[in-house]
Amino acid sequence: MRNLITAARAIGIACAMSGGSVPVLAADISGAGATFPYPIYSKWADTYKKETGNGLNYQSIGSGGGIKQIQAKTVTFGATDMPLKAAQLEKDGLIQWPMVIGGNVPVVNIDGIKPGELVLDGPTIAKIYLGEIKTWDDAAIKALNPAAKLPSQAIVVVRRSDGSGTTFIWTDYLSKVSADWKSKVGANTAVEWPVGIGAKGNEGVANNVGQTKGSIGYVEFAYAKQNKMSHTRVINQAGKTVEPSMASFQAAAASAKWDAATGFGEILTDQAGDATWPIAGATFILMPKKPTDPAAATVALKFFAWAYEKGDKTASDLDYVPMPDAVVELVKKEWTKVTGADGKPVM
Amino acid sequence: MTTAVINRSATAGRQGALARLRRNDLLFKNLTYTAAIFVLILLGAVAISLLIGAWPAILAFGPGFITTQSWNPVTEKFGGLAPIYGTLVTSFIAMLFAVPVGIGIAVFLTEACPKPLRRPIGTAIELLAGIPSIIFGIWGLFVLAPFLQTTVQPALIAAFGSVPVLSSLFAGPPYGIGILTASLILAIMVLPFITAVSRDVFETVPPVLKEAAYGLGCTRWEVVRNVVIPHTRVGIIGGIMLGLGRALGETMAVTFVIGNAHKISSSLLAPGTTISATIANEFTEAVGDLYSSSLVLLGLILFVISLIVLSLARYLLWRLERREQG
Amino acid sequence: MATPSFDTSGFRARRNRSRIAMALCLAATLIGLTCLAFVLGTLLVKGLSGLSLRVFTEMTPPPGSDGGLLNAIAGSLIMTILAVALGAPIGILAGTYMAEYGRHDRLTNVIRFINDILLSAPSIVIGLFVYTVVVAPMRHFSGFAGAIGLAIIVIPVVIRTTEDMLRLVPDQLREAAASVGMPRAIMIRHIAYKAARAGMITGVLLAVARISGETAPLLFTALNSQFWSLDLNAPMASLPAVIFQFALSPYADWQRLAWTGALLITITVLALSILARTLGQKGQST
Repeated sequence: MRNLITAARAIGIACAMSGGSVPVLAADISGAGATFPYPIYSKWADTYKKETGNGLNYQSIGSGGGIKQIQAKTVTFGATDMPLKAAQLEKDGLIQWPMVIGGNVPVVNIDGIKPGELVLDGPTIAKIYLGEIKTWDDAAIKALNPAAKLPSQAIVVVRRSDGSGTTFIWTDYLSKVSADWKSKVGANTAVEWPVGIGAKGNEGVANNVGQTKGSIGYVEFAYAKQNKMSHTRVINQAGKTVEPSMASFQAAAASAKWDAATGFGEILTDQAGDATWPIAGATFILMPKKPTDPAAATVALKFFAWAYEKGDKTASDLDYVPMPDAVVELVKKEWTKVTGADGKPVM
Repeated sequence: MTTAVINRSATAGRQGALARLRRNDLLFKNLTYTAAIFVLILLGAVAISLLIGAWPAILAFGPGFITTQSWNPVTEKFGGLAPIYGTLVTSFIAMLFAVPVGIGIAVFLTEACPKPLRRPIGTAIELLAGIPSIIFGIWGLFVLAPFLQTTVQPALIAAFGSVPVLSSLFAGPPYGIGILTASLILAIMVLPFITAVSRDVFETVPPVLKEAAYGLGCTRWEVVRNVVIPHTRVGIIGGIMLGLGRALGETMAVTFVIGNAHKISSSLLAPGTTISATIANEFTEAVGDLYSSSLVLLGLILFVISLIVLSLARYLLWRLERREQG
Repeated sequence: MATPSFDTSGFRARRNRSRIAMALCLAATLIGLTCLAFVLGTLLVKGLSGLSLRVFTEMTPPPGSDGGLLNAIAGSLIMTILAVALGAPIGILAGTYMAEYGRHDRLTNVIRFINDILLSAPSIVIGLFVYTVVVAPMRHFSGFAGAIGLAIIVIPVVIRTTEDMLRLVPDQLREAAASVGMPRAIMIRHIAYKAARAGMITGVLLAVARISGETAPLLFTALNSQFWSLDLNAPMASLPAVIFQFALSPYADWQRLAWTGALLITITVLALSILARTLGQKGQST
């Protein structure tokens, strides 16, 4: 019913506009980038719109896209899971800060394998993604899962086709645990994949793994959870088998330094600690120091302040780890670098 | 005296009106002329903007772009061979399926179909030719791909696993999506199109010719083979080329089911990519000038390929038209 | 018993060959129609299961929530209307030039050829073009850019039908008008257009049908939006873009909405084409 009224009001506005008078609408701001945090950003945006009337149109086109669009200034802010280096930020006149921490999890679609049942380690995942391990009943996988019933099915590798921060976290991890991977493929938002079908966004990988029997893919944990996919456990640097969870993602960030001078560019893969999830990462927002539309920048910053303040509950519901309060204070200080035409901070 | 004044002002009024009419006439003519010229400018602008956008990539990679398979955003080494190959192969396989079936349907509709059914079936097929390609895309992803992955592809892999050449054409694993799936979707999509064009050209065959052949005791098939098809050969080829042009440039139906892998594989079951799918997937997120420029260059190549195919198609159809008139 | 004995074996072989060939043609028809019926059948079943009033009254939801397609439907309508408003007049005027003023020009032949190229140019290339000349200089994605992309697709369709329809108008009408001293511009607007009206409207309807399902030119022009927005200067949702995003997502409720959206587009396109056909036939019979 309320939606009907909203619609009626919107149509009323449309008529008013066509009649010549242009009423001031609530400001909508646009952002684009990482698909990794899309579940949480879209939830936040939905709640924020209901509370304040200000909309935040976030398009999940991949971290590569977020970086490109903010460089071209076609959006108010960009989002990426691959932190830009300080020199690059300086060159493009951007500031960067982390919003939440999440975990990359391998997901599989094998008949009879339940969520959390399968165990994998870094080198085995690297071999699967290099195309060296081809079937699910390969000795390397069997050795890690003596009890599981693994079919002699071919492994269908699913990976990203777009520039992706999730891919950066994934390939960065594989580079750290496999020398072969490091020399043959390397780590970046997009790489030359030896095998597999390419899917667009975390959404696309989850979709393809869900559709394809015998497949393996990697997605942000929220996607696996929302769609009840079979994630695997992974053996971390300390040799312990860990479940993906808020606690294990948090453990990965335990020794992070969060330095504003480097744009908070911490990489959280393959960290020490018994409880640490090895494929974790923070997701970042990029904003120009001299925005073309300072008013929109103000609205955006207000949204992020609101998200830090009121969004923790929503974040933890989706197993994202909110940033510690001390880091939020540093970030807010960083925001004063965003200035309008008069040189004064927009917020 | 008074009448003379009235007459004079009337003449002046009429002349004024005539001048106004002439001015309006000229204005309207110029307006239509401008609009017509605008079309020329539009195509020129498309070509030039593509060329300018592609220039950095042309400078960086030269003609080697067309023969290089590597597509590496990290090292900024780009080659268009995989998408060009994918575009040509998917379209070719699609035509392999769609042409015989399409022409078969057209023959059936013009020669063998019971009269009351001809119009409804023909109309239905023409309407289907207008269905947006995104519909075929999501059908391919949700219906065709899982079906192929669980039933058809394992059977193909098993059946041809030990046959020398075919084993590499149908090498596993069964991904579900890939070159073959994309080709099948394209085939279903261009089928109504080829049918509609073939039926149209079959109907241009003068009944006298067919009746004469029947009068000589020809069978239906002999009439089709020796009269209808030779008479309309040029038109059929033109229609096929138009269908091919559509298949080459098709984006959405393919993007859903191609698998987006910048790799050329001998297997038809393997994922691949096409020019349009690559652009659709990567353009908004391409980081760096060379990356986006390479994508624009791919667009330019697609534009040129479809230009050649279309020009050929138009030329053939135009020849048919002229022969009919002459 | 001298019944005339013909050697019928040759004839029988020929007849059999003909029967086999015709049976293959019938099989082709059945295969083709089955495939197409299967596509439409799935669309109908999956699309109808998600169809409800909410689809028309609520916005596109974030994953995991309920919602509809209202903003996408509105965005598609706005961009389509704007594209036709931009493209149809240009197309009609250019078609008029080709059929009336420049009937024997070489220019007309060139334009007809160019127009055929535009008519079947890959729509993704048009998207690239609009991105470079509109989105990049304006520095933001916008519904306006999306409409321009669609307008470029409208123009060649309208030119083609306008020229064809005006050429069907008998020259006697033109001569009669000229003989009573009617200026050409007035003749065209009041006589030729009137005679060809049904056909020209058909052309515009066909153009609308063509663009209502176009996705590729919108992907990097209008982008997409999850909210209600009528601001032509901002990214705008459209049914095809939403279908693309939702169908490729893993969320069951998004996929359901994608099918429903696909059904809506198909119904629209079929309705428009049927309307165009009936109008076109009426136009030809008079």
